[in-house]
Amino acid sequence: MATNSHTEQPSGHKGAFPPFNPTTFASQLFWLVIAFVVLYVLMAKVALPRVGSIIENRQKRISDDLASAASLKAESDAAIAAYEKALADARARAQAIANETRDTQTAAAEVSRKKLEGELNAKLADAEKTIAATKTAAMANVRGIAAEATKAIVERLTGKAPDDSAVDAAVSASLKG
Amino acid sequence: MATDPIHQFQIIDLFPVVKIGHTEIAFTNSAAYMALAVVVITLFLVGGTAKRALVPGRLQSAAELTYEFVATTLRSSAGSEGMKFFPFVFTLFTFILALNLIGLIPYTFTVTTHVIITATLSISVFLTVLVYGFWKNGLHFFNLFVPKGIPIYILPLIVFIEVLSFLSRPISHSVRLFANMLAGHITLKVFASFIILLSGAGFFGMVGATLPLALVVALTALELLVAFLQAYVFAILTCIYLNDAIHPGH
Repeated sequence: MATNSHTEQPSGHKGAFPPFNPTTFASQLFWLVIAFVVLYVLMAKVALPRVGSIIENRQKRISDDLASAASLKAESDAAIAAYEKALADARARAQAIANETRDTQTAAAEVSRKKLEGELNAKLADAEKTIAATKTAAMANVRGIAAEATKAIVERLTGKAPDDSAVDAAVSASLKG
Repeated sequence: MATDPIHQFQIIDLFPVVKIGHTEIAFTNSAAYMALAVVVITLFLVGGTAKRALVPGRLQSAAELTYEFVATTLRSSAGSEGMKFFPFVFTLFTFILALNLIGLIPYTFTVTTHVIITATLSISVFLTVLVYGFWKNGLHFFNLFVPKGIPIYILPLIVFIEVLSFLSRPISHSVRLFANMLAGHITLKVFASFIILLSGAGFFGMVGATLPLALVVALTALELLVAFLQAYVFAILTCIYLNDAIHPGH
């Protein structure tokens, strides 16, 4: 406006207050209607659906992402629960196997110990039997030796062989003694 | 002449366009600024969202904010049913805001300082309310003037006042915007002219001119607020009037 002088003003209203100058009303109305209608159509048909769809897409994306995050969290929770369960199961099974093994081992040890003891007892019994037999045999030998020694002593002392039955009786009597 | 505070409101014919009856319609500075506003708003909204980014940049963010600002304003005062008027309210708000803001740039012309413009806009709102109100509610639209729970003996008075206030809406609606913009621009120009006058009066004049300069700076900030606020007030009043057309039962 600084470039325009008063001489270029619209005709004949010099000094009138421009906002109340009715000669400009028609053109202002004309241009206002055009500008407003053009802007309205641009907004209603182009700009607003565009901005609205962008905002809506973002909202949709956010809610989708939140939903998928929630489902992923549920999945991971389930996985953790399954893992915990598997761990507990494995622990229980390990415990069971350990117990079972210990029991079977103990039982086997018991069996072999018993078997060994039985064998040892049998051997002991055998040994005792052998000892007894040896002892009996030895005792029998002792009697024979004692009889022979008695016979020899008597023969040396008396010069004649004693009667076998008398020697036997004497040996038996002294062995009993 | 350069300091004439009224000169800035002059409508200047740039070139003639059509002749309707005996009236010559010329392309004026006002028309140029309206066209500029249309271009700026469209570029802002369409250009700003050109990338359709999921994570918006600055311009797209501003465009989305404007959209949601108007949408929230309309929805909160006229309900979701009022959203069918969203393009209308949005166009009004952005058009007035752009014209107000462009007018604050020095040497520009402020279209909204002309009462014919603001009156046309407010009458378009008034007619929209009337036509939609009767089309949607029929004669129930008159319930708007009959508040419930009023004793019968003062009802005629209340109805008279309600009708009067309803009819005066386009006047207050348009004059508020026009007068605010006009007064602001005159004040700015007057204080700015003081700077010129004082600075021509020697050293002490130069020193004294800093005072109106500071005032002009402060007033420009205030006018920026007023430019936005008046556009917002115009839009929110439109929303409230539209709410009357949609829900006339109070």
